[in-house]
Amino acid sequence: MDALIDLTPELWTAAGETLYIVGLTLFFGGLGGLLVGLGLYLSRAGNILENRTVFTVLNVLVNFIRPIPFIIFLAAAQPLARMVVGTGIGNPAIIFTISLAASFAMGRIVEQNLLTVSPGVIDAARSVGAGPIRIIFTVLLPEALGPLILGFTFIFVALVDMSAVAGYVGGGGLGNFALLYGYRQFNPVVTWAAVLLIIVLVQLVQFLGNSLARKALRR
Amino acid sequence: MPVVSLRDVSKVYPATTKTGDPVVAIDSVSLDVEAGDVYGIIGYSGAGKSTLVRLVNALERSTGGEILINGQDIAGLPERKLREVRLGIGMIFQQFNLLDSRTVAGNVAYPLEVAGRPKAERQARVAELLDFVGLADKARAYPDQLSGGQKQRVGIARALATQPSILLADEATSALDPETTHEVLTLLKRVNREFGVTIIVITHEMDVIQTIATKVAVMDQGRVIERGDVFDVFSNPQHAASARFVGTVVKGVPSAAELAVLRGRHRGRIVTLSFRDAGVDQQAVFGELARAGVAFEVIYGGINEIQGRPFGHLTLSLAADHLTEADAVIDDVLARIRELTTVTEVR
Repeated sequence: MDALIDLTPELWTAAGETLYIVGLTLFFGGLGGLLVGLGLYLSRAGNILENRTVFTVLNVLVNFIRPIPFIIFLAAAQPLARMVVGTGIGNPAIIFTISLAASFAMGRIVEQNLLTVSPGVIDAARSVGAGPIRIIFTVLLPEALGPLILGFTFIFVALVDMSAVAGYVGGGGLGNFALLYGYRQFNPVVTWAAVLLIIVLVQLVQFLGNSLARKALRR
Repeated sequence: MPVVSLRDVSKVYPATTKTGDPVVAIDSVSLDVEAGDVYGIIGYSGAGKSTLVRLVNALERSTGGEILINGQDIAGLPERKLREVRLGIGMIFQQFNLLDSRTVAGNVAYPLEVAGRPKAERQARVAELLDFVGLADKARAYPDQLSGGQKQRVGIARALATQPSILLADEATSALDPETTHEVLTLLKRVNREFGVTIIVITHEMDVIQTIATKVAVMDQGRVIERGDVFDVFSNPQHAASARFVGTVVKGVPSAAELAVLRGRHRGRIVTLSFRDAGVDQQAVFGELARAGVAFEVIYGGINEIQGRPFGHLTLSLAADHLTEADAVIDDVLARIRELTTVTEVR
C-alpha cells in the first residue's frame, strides 16, 4: 500500500498516457475503420460501387490481419512503423501499430453496421438523384449512427487492451505501469490499482457510448 | 408523345452458377404511358413488374431495348446524367423507405437538398407538401412514430418534392390494411388530377387497379401478356392469367364445379347475362322477363363499377312452370333479351 502511495504520481502519468494513446488510436483507427468498412460495404456485390477486386483485396486483408495476436503484430509491423512514423519504438510506434490493427478490426464492425441499413433507403436516395458520396454522408452514416457509436465503444475496449502491451516497445501507459511496478516488483496492490483505473475508464466510456447511441436511436 | 415509352426492353441477369442459364427478368417489353395516365401493371410475384418499374428510373439498368422518358433514351446514359432524369421521376415503395434518422420534414426536404434548392424554398415547399398529404402537424415527428399509412403519405410528399411529372408506385399499398390502402389510393388519385402527374402503379392486387388505374398491363414471366383500358381488360380479359386477376375482384361466370352445385339447387334453365356495355338498360332486360311471366332468380354474379361504368355478369335461374309450353316462352323472351345484351345459356 505504501508503495502505491509513493507511486501515485507515476500512476496518474501512466493513466494520462493511456488516455493519450487510446484517444489518438481511437481517432486514427476509427477513421481507418470507417474507410475500410465503407470500402468493404460499397464494393460488395450489388452495392452502389460494386467492385469485385476492391472487395476481395480488402476482405482478404481484414481476414489476414485480424487474427494475428496483437503482441506479434506489434513486432511484425515494426519495420512499417519505422517507415511511416520514423521510429519502431515508443508511443509514436505503438500509436501507429494500434491504429493499423484497429482499422481492420473496426472495418469489419463498420461493414456489419452499414449492412443493417435497409437497401430500400438507398434506393429511395438514388431515386431522387443522390450520388454515392452524398448517399454515404446523408444516408449510410446517419442511418447507421447508433450501431456505429456502439461499435466504436466496443473497439475502445480493444484499444485499451492493445495499449497494455505498449511497454514491450518502450511505450507507456497503465499496462506498462502494472507490469513495471506491480508484476515485476511482486506488488499486487499496485497491479490492482492499475486494473481498477482501467475498469473505471472502460465503464465510463461504455456508459458514454450507450447514452450517445440511445440518443442517436431515440430510444 | 408518350411520357414513358418502353421499346423491346429486356433485363437479363447473368447465370448465378457456371452451368446455370441466364435469368430473363424482362423479356422484350414494349409499353407506352401517355401524359396523365394512371397506368397499372399487375402480375404475380416474380412476374418482373418491380424490375420493370425500376428500369424506368434506371435504379436497374436494362440489357436491351430503349427506355424513352419524355422522348429521351435513358438506356445508355451514364450515372451522372441519370441523376438529372431522376429528379423528374418520383418513386414510392412498399416498405416506404424513409430515412429513420430524419424527421418527416427532413425526409420531404431530402430531394430538394439533392437538387440544391435554397433553404427558404425548401421550407416553403415542405410545408406545402405536408399540408397536401395532411401531415402538417407531424413535421417534427420521426418515421418510427408514424403509422404505415402516414409513412406512405410522407413517401408520397417526398416523391413529389421536386415536382416530377412521373410518379412510380412500387407495390405502394401492399403493406397496408384495406382502409389505409384506400386512403393512399385516394391521395394518389388527387396527385394525378390536381398536379397532372402521370402515375405508374405496380401491384398484385386487382382492386388497386380497379380503384385508380385508367390503363392496365398484365405481366407474366417477364412479358406483358395483355394491355388496354381498364374497363376493356376487366370486362373482356383475353388471357387466363388476366381472367384470374379479374376474377379476384369480379364474380363472373360460375365455374363448372360451381355450376354443378347450382344446378342441384335450382331446377329452372340457367342463363348468364353479361353487361359489358354502359348502354345496356337493365330495367329493359328484366322488364322483358317480367312481362313474359317468367319467374327468375339471381343465383350467381354481380355488377361492378369500373371507371364509372357498370359491368358484370348475372347468372339467373328461369322458370315458367305455370305456363304451357314453358320452354318456348323462355326461348322467346331470351331472343328479345339477346337484342339488348349478351346472353349465354349454361347447359
